[in-house]
Amino acid sequence: MIKKACNVWDNPNLFWILVLPFFILSCKSSEVNTNNTPVQSEPTSQNETNNVAVTDIQTEEYTAEIPGSGEEIEMVLVPGGNYEMGPFENGEIHEVKVDSFWIAKHEITWDEYNLFRNEVLEDIRTQVYKELYGVDLEGDAISSPTLSEEALDLLRDNDIPADIISLPSPPYSDMTAGMGTDGFPAVSMTHYAAFMFTKWLTVKTGNFYRLPTEAEWEYACRAANPNVYEPISNQSELNRFAWYRDNSERKYHQPGSKEPNALGLYDMLGNVAEWTFDQYYEDYGAQLEHNPADNPFFKPDQLYPRSVRGGSWMDPAESASCVQRRGSNPNWKMRDPQLPKSLWWHTNAPFVGIRVVRPVNEPNSVDEMEEYWIDAIQDYN
Amino acid sequence: MENKNQLNSKLTRRDFMKKTSLAAGGGFLLSSLPIGSSAYAAANDTLNVAVIGCGGRGTGAANQALTADNGVKIVALADLFRDRLDECYTALSERLKASNETDRLAVPEEHKFVGFDGYKHAIELADVVILATPPGFRPEHFEEAVRQGKHIFMEKPVATDAHGVRRVLQAGREAKRKKLNVVVGLQRHYQNNYNEALQHIRDNAIGKITAGQVYWNGAGVWVRERQPGMSELEYQNRNWYYFNWLCGDHILEQHIHNIDVANWFIGEYPVSAQGMGGREVRNGKDHGQIFDHHFVEFTYPGGAVIASQCRHQPNTFSRVAEHFQGAFGTIELDSNNKAVIKDWDGVVLYDHEGMNDPNPYQVEHDKLFASIRNGEVIDDTEYGAKSTMTAILGRMATYSGQMITWDQAINANDKMVPDNMTWDTPPPVMPDENGNYPVPTPGVTDVLGTESTASKG
Repeated sequence: MIKKACNVWDNPNLFWILVLPFFILSCKSSEVNTNNTPVQSEPTSQNETNNVAVTDIQTEEYTAEIPGSGEEIEMVLVPGGNYEMGPFENGEIHEVKVDSFWIAKHEITWDEYNLFRNEVLEDIRTQVYKELYGVDLEGDAISSPTLSEEALDLLRDNDIPADIISLPSPPYSDMTAGMGTDGFPAVSMTHYAAFMFTKWLTVKTGNFYRLPTEAEWEYACRAANPNVYEPISNQSELNRFAWYRDNSERKYHQPGSKEPNALGLYDMLGNVAEWTFDQYYEDYGAQLEHNPADNPFFKPDQLYPRSVRGGSWMDPAESASCVQRRGSNPNWKMRDPQLPKSLWWHTNAPFVGIRVVRPVNEPNSVDEMEEYWIDAIQDYN
Repeated sequence: MENKNQLNSKLTRRDFMKKTSLAAGGGFLLSSLPIGSSAYAAANDTLNVAVIGCGGRGTGAANQALTADNGVKIVALADLFRDRLDECYTALSERLKASNETDRLAVPEEHKFVGFDGYKHAIELADVVILATPPGFRPEHFEEAVRQGKHIFMEKPVATDAHGVRRVLQAGREAKRKKLNVVVGLQRHYQNNYNEALQHIRDNAIGKITAGQVYWNGAGVWVRERQPGMSELEYQNRNWYYFNWLCGDHILEQHIHNIDVANWFIGEYPVSAQGMGGREVRNGKDHGQIFDHHFVEFTYPGGAVIASQCRHQPNTFSRVAEHFQGAFGTIELDSNNKAVIKDWDGVVLYDHEGMNDPNPYQVEHDKLFASIRNGEVIDDTEYGAKSTMTAILGRMATYSGQMITWDQAINANDKMVPDNMTWDTPPPVMPDENGNYPVPTPGVTDVLGTESTASKG
């Protein structure tokens, strides 16, 4: 009943995870639709595709379809480069190098997030074991919430965490704060939930998705502008781009209802604040090594604080800025009455949402992907 | 005389107790008094807490008790299931490890009580009890805690049937006589935006409330799966949300919060209810008996009508909030610290700024323990029981499809929960040969038990 294929190259899906980005780099068309399924023509070889210059494809966009749903995530290329990150709170700036990546044109909506919430755990686990690890477990070996001993043994033998993917538990109450679901940004998820969404998206689409690093997020927000950042201080100008406290009528709005930045990215400044990948450090600039710092990120190992960028519908105008930073806080689960508190829901953070990225240089193996995956930490606050 | 009175008024209660104790013949130490009779615990006395019902919420309440008062120790745990009890113990250990206070969890093996009657033993060891089992057991547990003279935090709802509500009201009268503190987990009463808004309503900001809409619309909650070897009684207790004798349906278990706000703000309890409901999308075998939607009109003695809706259906419009209309304006409230009062021209009269409001789940414990320390009495029993009854009235209306009066409902012969249960007690409800549980049918279901005497109590 159980078979196993250890070599990643035996797995056609993984093969495509590895070669697809290079193929896209070599495309001349301005629109590439991955359609989630592998593109039809064969790439020549790994060596040849490796030589494609990133600068050739600065306007690339593609649409990631979430299979079986009709939902699509539009992705925009941010060509890599160096920029003056900051100023941070102490006024410092630090030169940072960021490699090319695609970033979602819009914040993730409830329509997309609910596909993840409504997923069947057995199905998605079967898919994860098979597509990422080449281990084929039949459905009845993976019964929620427990796994059969046989299945657990196989997972142990292959060094695969049994809880490699989990799904959000239902919240006790309405996490939208009455602000609506259809077409509106998903909010109130924990950092762990946001990260797990990206892992789910990776499995569903066959491409590697994750949260943006702080460095990537700021760079994308500034539309890859390498110069020192000047926030928009004129409110009528800001109104063109951002939903924030003075114009939001105390609620979030449908993504894309304001003007985009120069890269075509919507709602970077306001609407919902966005999770990044990093542990939050107040003195981020001082923590950076090298000048320029090379694709910096701080992999979280503490539950709080984790980094959120951009302002939200609740925040004042000055927060609608590419350099706005904040760390998550136990207060964001203040009205979670349980102990331990929910891994999945920030009962008091209806202002924080998700935007996903996909690096152009994707990890070469599942082992490398695992470097970007974080462990759940129980919340006893 | 005047001076003497002033002097007396400066005496603390503690001084008074010491003097009277000494006067009573020495050797009569304050700490030996049962807390319930002294109604007072000095700041340096330890308050021993027992947790009855060790799920996520019971554990959370224990955490809030520990946070409320440095002199609190958790001394006993009781649950039907050892695994839940152990999870609770672990969570509290982790919580206290972080603050280097592990000595505040003082629960030796012999103070871990598993099974149906564990609550009695746990209550004996405590000064304050947290009652957080599924609500079907609450009347029995509350009665015992009152009998033993303990201060009480009990979660809402306080019963699942009118029979249980009558028991709680009766025991509540005894608690009052014993000057016991009883805090009920309807935490909106301990939340700033609600209290501030109520003050404005009382000050006639929008006139008398004549109508309102209260909502608990969401996607639904957890389902626990039947495991191999599980007895029917264990399964129902594990998956308690879906069995009426244990949970009372979601109109009671969750929507009670919003219905309670209607009662509180109007200042009355309804005289009658009529409504509709059913099982539309959540109707599997693992969903027991409860409906997934209810819509009820509650009519109040003063003429106000409240439309109450609650829904557990994924991918539908969600809202958890309370709206009221008065002669001069409207008020919108929600648990996210919203309170907006407007006149009928849309002019904002009050907009609560609640960003930094305290956590109401914490406040209810802060107030409970401060009240115990200060020799005061908080008594939430009556509104807790009557709001429980209001939600049960709504459920009676949707299950039966009939207009039901408060008097009919409160006197109903509807006892669902067996007394003194053991693992040998037959479950009050059983599945049919296909594994389906009986589901109420409007137009057919008798909710009042009218075959028996309907006017007792």
